Amino acid sequence: MTSIIGPASYKFFGVFPAALLSFILPIIGIGCFTYIMARRIAPLVRANPDNRFDHIGKRIQNLIVIWLGQMRQPRYMLAGVLHIVIFAGFLILSIRSVSLVIIGFSDGFVFPGLGGGLGLVYNFIKDYAATFVLIACIVAAVRRGIYKPKRYAVPEKYGKDHTAEAVFVLGIISTLMISESLFEATEAAFEFQKTGETHFLAPLTLVWIFRAMLSSVSPNVLQGLHIFFYYVHDLAFFFFLCFLPMGKHFHVITSIFNVFFMRVQKGNIKPVKYGIADDKLDDLTSFGVKKLEDFTWKHMLDFYSCADCGRCSDQCPANAVGRPLSPRFITIKARDLIFKNYPMSGEIYDSGKLLVQDIYTEDEIWSCTTCGACEEECPLGIEYIDKMVDLRRGMVDEGLVPQSLQKPMKALEKRGNPYGKMEKKRAEWAEDKEFSALCQVKDLDGETADTLYFVDSITSYDDNIQNIARKTSLILKKAGVDFGILGKLEKDSGNEVLRFGEEMLYQDLKSQNTEAILETGVKQIITSDPHAYNALKNDYKGLPPVKHISQVVAQKIRTGELDLKPCLNPEKVYVYHDPCYLGRHNGIYEDPRQALDAIEGLNRVELEKSRDRSFCCGGGGLMLFYEPEEETRMGVLRVNMAAEAGATVIVTACPFCLVNIQDAIKVAGKEGQMEALDFTELIEQHLV
Amino acid sequence: MEILVCVKRVPDTAENEFELNGAGNDLDRDDLVYSVNEWDNYAVEEAIQIVDKVGGNVTVITVGDSESEEVLRREMAMGANNGILLSDDAFEGSDGKGIAAILKAEIEKGKYDLILTGAQADEGAGQVGGMLAAMLDLPYASLVNKIEVGEGKIKVGREIEGGNQEMNEISLPCVLSIQTGINEPRYVGIRGIRKVAGVEIPVKSASDLGIAADSIGKAGAKTKRIDYFVPDLGAGAEMLEGSTDEIIAKLIEKLKAKGGL
Repeated sequence: MTSIIGPASYKFFGVFPAALLSFILPIIGIGCFTYIMARRIAPLVRANPDNRFDHIGKRIQNLIVIWLGQMRQPRYMLAGVLHIVIFAGFLILSIRSVSLVIIGFSDGFVFPGLGGGLGLVYNFIKDYAATFVLIACIVAAVRRGIYKPKRYAVPEKYGKDHTAEAVFVLGIISTLMISESLFEATEAAFEFQKTGETHFLAPLTLVWIFRAMLSSVSPNVLQGLHIFFYYVHDLAFFFFLCFLPMGKHFHVITSIFNVFFMRVQKGNIKPVKYGIADDKLDDLTSFGVKKLEDFTWKHMLDFYSCADCGRCSDQCPANAVGRPLSPRFITIKARDLIFKNYPMSGEIYDSGKLLVQDIYTEDEIWSCTTCGACEEECPLGIEYIDKMVDLRRGMVDEGLVPQSLQKPMKALEKRGNPYGKMEKKRAEWAEDKEFSALCQVKDLDGETADTLYFVDSITSYDDNIQNIARKTSLILKKAGVDFGILGKLEKDSGNEVLRFGEEMLYQDLKSQNTEAILETGVKQIITSDPHAYNALKNDYKGLPPVKHISQVVAQKIRTGELDLKPCLNPEKVYVYHDPCYLGRHNGIYEDPRQALDAIEGLNRVELEKSRDRSFCCGGGGLMLFYEPEEETRMGVLRVNMAAEAGATVIVTACPFCLVNIQDAIKVAGKEGQMEALDFTELIEQHLV
Repeated sequence: MEILVCVKRVPDTAENEFELNGAGNDLDRDDLVYSVNEWDNYAVEEAIQIVDKVGGNVTVITVGDSESEEVLRREMAMGANNGILLSDDAFEGSDGKGIAAILKAEIEKGKYDLILTGAQADEGAGQVGGMLAAMLDLPYASLVNKIEVGEGKIKVGREIEGGNQEMNEISLPCVLSIQTGINEPRYVGIRGIRKVAGVEIPVKSASDLGIAADSIGKAGAKTKRIDYFVPDLGAGAEMLEGSTDEIIAKLIEKLKAKGGL
């Protein structure tokens, strides 16, 4: 006998055919897996509809870039690289694992096409894959088990530590890698002993090392080990398959679907219910997410897909300031509730309580500024903003709204602005004597213009912020833009009204604004408020194109229609803070920077957290009225970041950022050392 | 428990800028927005919470013109089961006693265990609750900030000068005037109001209630408003003018000048 007996021909104790075991194991394994998956899919079937079959091209692109390409992983370098190694190893070894199962009852099975040269290449690659996966697992286990990076910690209120599960799974993966390699190494060592021939094995791979280690072991023992490690691999493989849907490693199965179905548009909010038009909303008996099954199936898939990596919470500004919100646990708590309510056997259970009284708290859900940092980071395409909005819609429908928010909401309903100021005073900012001598702003309720300047509430009414309206007007005038405003006909854009779950109020504001805007016949809309920009661009329908003032300025500089003076304060150090609703939600990162850099001699530094990793200053719109529980203010953290970057002037392009950062400079005790400036103010100072 | 809550439609203090009208005898009401009186809103919330606990119905009632229906709808959207609008040209110009008399006439037609009013109204005198209790010959507690429901009687808490709290036992039926802060009133949005838009609200006139027109309204009023004005600046008082920043700068200057800083 010159070659080792494979599991398909082996007989235990010389009588019992191992092939039978090799055949039964997969049947049991796949049977269990099918049952488990059926139970796991049950809640998705009962969930709300979700339209995720649009933008197929973009979805395939996401699949290639985010899933296959793992492009979001290196944003956390060490963990990311480890994950890429394990992920790539899994993809490569999946072929080997399946063929191993078949080898159990068909000796020497290879997949068609992998018999010849291609097979040799594949074997070469997969041996390195197994080796690198094992190394990655060991590094990962040491990292999780010994160094314990902070972002994996589970605060007491959210339950027990998850390290054991993580390390256990790394152990299973290591077992798979080792047993697969030993299965092959025992055969190679056996062959060497019998024939004296060594066939080529990739150097320094596990198989290569194991063969060397086993070179002097007796053939009988090798035969025994060969069969033993085959079944270790087989058992580990099917155990792992059935274990995956039990916890955070479910993402191994769901990630491909989750990334394919992830959010493809930015800045928008899902409808109250897919398939229900805005004018049919009154027919719905309930709004938003109140119980588990009110989530859409994609949102439930999100819960299953969470890998518990903690990147969302690590980026979350609410979490950073100690608000009672950690996006990671929004997902984990919902996942655990699904596991509890949809057990592996027995009745499906309904807790009968509102989610915000069961697993979440009201403050937790109000704490979110909808800045989008979590979604930008998640390597699995899990989304949060729509869930927050849906949960808030549920709370608003139940009347569960904090008193601090009820007042501005009522004022919005009665006066179209959260301050309860009179409609007729909306355009008072333009009557400032000094300003009106320089620039007369047209009221499009009567006059006509090409462009509408949509001012929005804070810029219209806040004494301190009205300056942005005047500076914007002066810039537009200088750039030769024929513009006007809606005056008393303008209502709040409702960006936050929608995001705070007051859908019908938002619908009301939207239709009043839409009607007033269309009535003017303008060809484009310009705004200086990123929140208004976002609402008009992404939430409203059928409006002329919308631009933010920074886009207009950058473009007019490029065309030479705007000229800027050299920097008036070259000794100051400027830093640009990306507003969430300009940057992350709308991808405008470069225009404001280009405009700043067009000011000759302006000394500009970058924040470490900038562009799509910008840190929210505290939120806008209704968030200014909300009184959160928190240890510090987001703005204070942001001001400290700017100070660390060496900046003395924080330039932003959003009225809410300006308010938050101005306040934060005072709270942080940096008055006199630092200042906050709006983009429009800086540009207007430098107009030639 | 059958609970009646008396509510009132008032100009919203948060969303209006009050100015005198040309005649100088009232507010300029052209550009005002109205809402339910804040104290009444707490009273309705309290009633709903009691009914949620022990069962029963909440009825909201108001004396006013046809536009007052909107505040009844808002309170019904909160969860009140019924609304009653007492409306008649003859009611116009009623003083506090007149309003109490109108309410009394309707209340006597029903059977209520508990009658709640707001402690006061934004443009009122805080007198209707007490007068109503007297006219109905019912026990009365004012400025109530806590209610515990028991068998046949209830315990009510009142905040006393200096932040102390007293608890009183009071037998049913009774009248209570409710202080803000007793609870956190739930939010009512446009959607909630639309849901109750079709609910019938009975409107009752003076003749429906069987009250003589001359006992109420302007004719029956024993108190009359004779003037309405912004007080003259007294000695030492000064209004700072300008933008917020300018006002702050002036204030700081003054405080410094007088040695306050």
